[in-house]
Amino acid sequence: MPVDVYLNVVVAGILTGLVYGLMALGLSVIFGVVRVVNFAHGEMMSVAMYLAVVLFSSFELDPLLMLVPIAAVMFVFGYALQAGLINPFITRPEHSQFLLIVALALIIVNALLIVFGPDARTVQTSYAYDSFQLGPVLVDASKAYAGGAAIAFAAALFAFFRFSRVGTAIRACADNYTGALVIGLNVKHLYALTFALGAACVGAAGSMMTLIVDVTPVLGPTYTLLAFVIVITGGLGSMAGALLGGILIGLTEAVAGLLFTPSAKSMFAFAILVLVLLFRPQGLLGKRLS
Amino acid sequence: MTSQNRPSRRRVLAGAAAAASTFAAPTIVRAQAKGPLKVGMLLPRSGFEAAIGQDCQRGVDIAPPILKSLGLPDLTVMNGDTESNVDVARERAEKLISEGAQLLVGAFDSGQTTAIAQVAEQKGIPLVINIAGAPAITEQGYKFVFRNFPTAVTITADAFANQKEVFALAGVAPKSAVFMRVNDTYGTAMSKGVAALMPKFDMPYKIADEISYDPAARDLSVEVSKAKATNAEVLLIVGRLNDAMLITKELIKQRWTPQAILSMGPGWYEDQYLKTLKKMADGPISFVPWYDPNKKLAKTLEAAFVKKYPGSNLNTNQVFTFEALLVAADAYKRAGSADPKALADALRSTNITDNVSVGPGIAFDAKGQNAKVKDSAIQNRGGKLVTIAPKEAANAKLEWPLKSYQSRA
Amino acid sequence: MTPAALARLGGGTSRHIVILLMLLLAVLLAPWAVNDYLLTVLIVILYSAFTGQAWNIMMGFAGQLSLGHALYAGLGAYVAAVLFVDYGIGPWIGFLAAVPVAMACGAVIGFLAFRFGVAGVYFAILTIAFAEFARIGFDHLPAVNASAGLFLPVRQATHNDVWHLRGSPTMFYYVILAATVAAFVLCRLLLKSRMGYFWLAIREDEEAARAAGVNTFRYKMYAVMISAALTSFAGVFYAFFYNNLFPEQVFSIGRSIEMILGPVIGGIGTLFGPILGAFVLTGLAEALNAVMAFYGLDIPGAKQVLYGICLLVVIVALPEGVWPPLARRLGVGKDKL
Repeated sequence: MPVDVYLNVVVAGILTGLVYGLMALGLSVIFGVVRVVNFAHGEMMSVAMYLAVVLFSSFELDPLLMLVPIAAVMFVFGYALQAGLINPFITRPEHSQFLLIVALALIIVNALLIVFGPDARTVQTSYAYDSFQLGPVLVDASKAYAGGAAIAFAAALFAFFRFSRVGTAIRACADNYTGALVIGLNVKHLYALTFALGAACVGAAGSMMTLIVDVTPVLGPTYTLLAFVIVITGGLGSMAGALLGGILIGLTEAVAGLLFTPSAKSMFAFAILVLVLLFRPQGLLGKRLS
Repeated sequence: MTSQNRPSRRRVLAGAAAAASTFAAPTIVRAQAKGPLKVGMLLPRSGFEAAIGQDCQRGVDIAPPILKSLGLPDLTVMNGDTESNVDVARERAEKLISEGAQLLVGAFDSGQTTAIAQVAEQKGIPLVINIAGAPAITEQGYKFVFRNFPTAVTITADAFANQKEVFALAGVAPKSAVFMRVNDTYGTAMSKGVAALMPKFDMPYKIADEISYDPAARDLSVEVSKAKATNAEVLLIVGRLNDAMLITKELIKQRWTPQAILSMGPGWYEDQYLKTLKKMADGPISFVPWYDPNKKLAKTLEAAFVKKYPGSNLNTNQVFTFEALLVAADAYKRAGSADPKALADALRSTNITDNVSVGPGIAFDAKGQNAKVKDSAIQNRGGKLVTIAPKEAANAKLEWPLKSYQSRA
Repeated sequence: MTPAALARLGGGTSRHIVILLMLLLAVLLAPWAVNDYLLTVLIVILYSAFTGQAWNIMMGFAGQLSLGHALYAGLGAYVAAVLFVDYGIGPWIGFLAAVPVAMACGAVIGFLAFRFGVAGVYFAILTIAFAEFARIGFDHLPAVNASAGLFLPVRQATHNDVWHLRGSPTMFYYVILAATVAAFVLCRLLLKSRMGYFWLAIREDEEAARAAGVNTFRYKMYAVMISAALTSFAGVFYAFFYNNLFPEQVFSIGRSIEMILGPVIGGIGTLFGPILGAFVLTGLAEALNAVMAFYGLDIPGAKQVLYGICLLVVIVALPEGVWPPLARRLGVGKDKL
């Protein structure tokens, strides 16, 4: 196959991977700090995607512009969810947590079905069919914008965790729960805040995702699984890891699809997951687990 | 015919009676005197096939006045939701039968239909399949299962025949094709059909590559890149609505317009495809079971459909669901009773020439299959769908080749 | 032997034995009392009860959370189905062939996980990965017809053929009933055995168990393998009852989740939990269907929303499941059942 086909596929894979990475970032934050196995992650993203679709179809507002408001809405939703429903379950065994969130996911998926119906919804922006020609490579415009937005959002989040007081407090909770309690941090509030931040990430990723894919109510579970694969591969608690994991998985799937049967490309992502779990369970950039 | 969304006192009582009268033999309960025939309508109304199930339902909704105008008896439709799930489909079939359904219609999905067919056969209640392509369903020697829909094999064979007719109309003989297909029940069955039948039809093109993709895929850029890299003249595709939209968008973004898009499945002609893509939707040719626009009943059905659902196009889902009800009502009239054996015998001797789909009419062979139903080649044109082949059903001229996407802005 | 003596043997009171016998009688006579639709519902309940018990061995007894159990059912289903379709071999032999396959798979997963220290949530995700791997793999396997589905030939049954599992729903009912009872007896024997106590120790505190000299690796492997073998029978039953197999459905994560709903709602680690959970959940689903039909609500998806809400309520309100509080009410000793 000619080289430019490979180049095209690699570029597309990386850009898509960046958006996957942003989605996974939310999970990394939630799983890494609050230790909640959020099996409704993909479903939360579909809620955000529907929000973007509704805003676009009613008010012609571009999803990229709506990034921040949607993230804000999901932030509030996440905070309420964690403080109201999930918090008591942190100490409960994993299977209870898991089922609680699975029940939640079931409710979300079917509520979306009732409200929006089964048809796929799209966001037809003015640049939906555009592509740039950079030498031999044809870059999909929507993907390029989405990828760029993902990097910007991730950078902002990183700065927040690094340089703000609240961010530092959250990192302290993640590193040492007891220690955090000892020095008087309001852990319950910080957990809810973290979950909310994770949800905000998902919200932003959802807005960007509408530029790349159409949304249906049953979209959630596939992305939930994808998010877990990325987070574990990239490394829990590492934001750069989530983005890197996203890019890696996006790239792997793209190239595997090119070289082998596209319908089997997910197998490669799972194979990577198994290898990581066995040989480097902390992920590529994660810290060693205690 | 009343759509049973509201529980009638009779139905609640019937349900209680069914639960209590566990020893009653089914024949006694069912062979009542003349009243509407109770038809259990099993469709995927929720789950991942929900959109299609609800689309089929439209064929049910417009049927009553038309059936009545044909002098056919009334039907009482009992709705069942298979939830796009094989196990639920089986349970729903059992439930409808226990609630008094005298005939079943369903269910679009081959897996769910197989499960329902087994229940129907075991209980001796006739099943009229509206849509399901898996050949195996009518190869089981069943006596109570009837299918008025082509099998995947027939669809493939007719597709090749119609393609040759289309090539003749356009005066072309494409040398190369790339075959993209979704990796699900339908796509795999069609793939096998293509491999088996292409040599028999002596098609002018060779398939440069077969690219199978995941039905849940939301991004087909890699697949389209692969297809584009083959430099094929035509794109052969078996997919569904979402893939159709994704692939078209990728074709535009990757700046590749093949000479023709030949689809052997749903998606490329559906309302949402046409509405979403507007000018970009023109041109693809679909080789599918369809209505014959020159037939009288088809015109009646289309008029009724467009009246109730303006802005939508009549398609396979409504046509064959309507025909299933037509078959049921016609058999009921000739049987004179709702006794399942009588109904099955009447169904076996069905011969409806005044129908909607293409072909000589509706009649079932010894296996319960209508082997005479033919498929058409339809083309997207300005938001509408025109038939370009076979000749006896055509109502428009072919447009060839595909107009370049870049020039349509 | 008086009921009281029998009861003391089983560890309950004579009142419990009577209740149990009554339940058993009701369950044995069910096919004559209900119509075919309800019979199908009962078969589904018993199937859930059976798979729930099989899963419970791994989770409830040995404390390993498997979210990919559909893998073993799927393997059982396909092995038996292929042997039947291609070679005419009956399902019971098919089951004998499926057991080593399922156990081998379980052993591989167990070995990889336990040797490399993959535990808790990570183990759960590992099991999901393997199930998904199987799903996609089988979707491309021509030997089982890939995603087009494997159909078992069906004839209208003139008589019940238990050897080939071809027959009326009543026959299937008794087969799955016998299997569920057998699984129950097996679970009780396992729980009371030496291995059962090792499992309890591992579940409560694996480090301490290892320190006390228990070969945790070996017993965890046993749990996985027994659970896998039992689950594969469910797959064989499924294949011959529904007569069509699609990898998309058979290996799906939805199926795996269905398998764990029963035990978690009923009560993990208990003997009656999975069975009670199966009844509660299916009963709930059917009740919701009836309520929706009664009020004439034909909204697709509404039933699932209500179902999800009910699940949520049960999980929040009854952390141990439905059975333990009920058991306490009935005065059944917690360590007995």
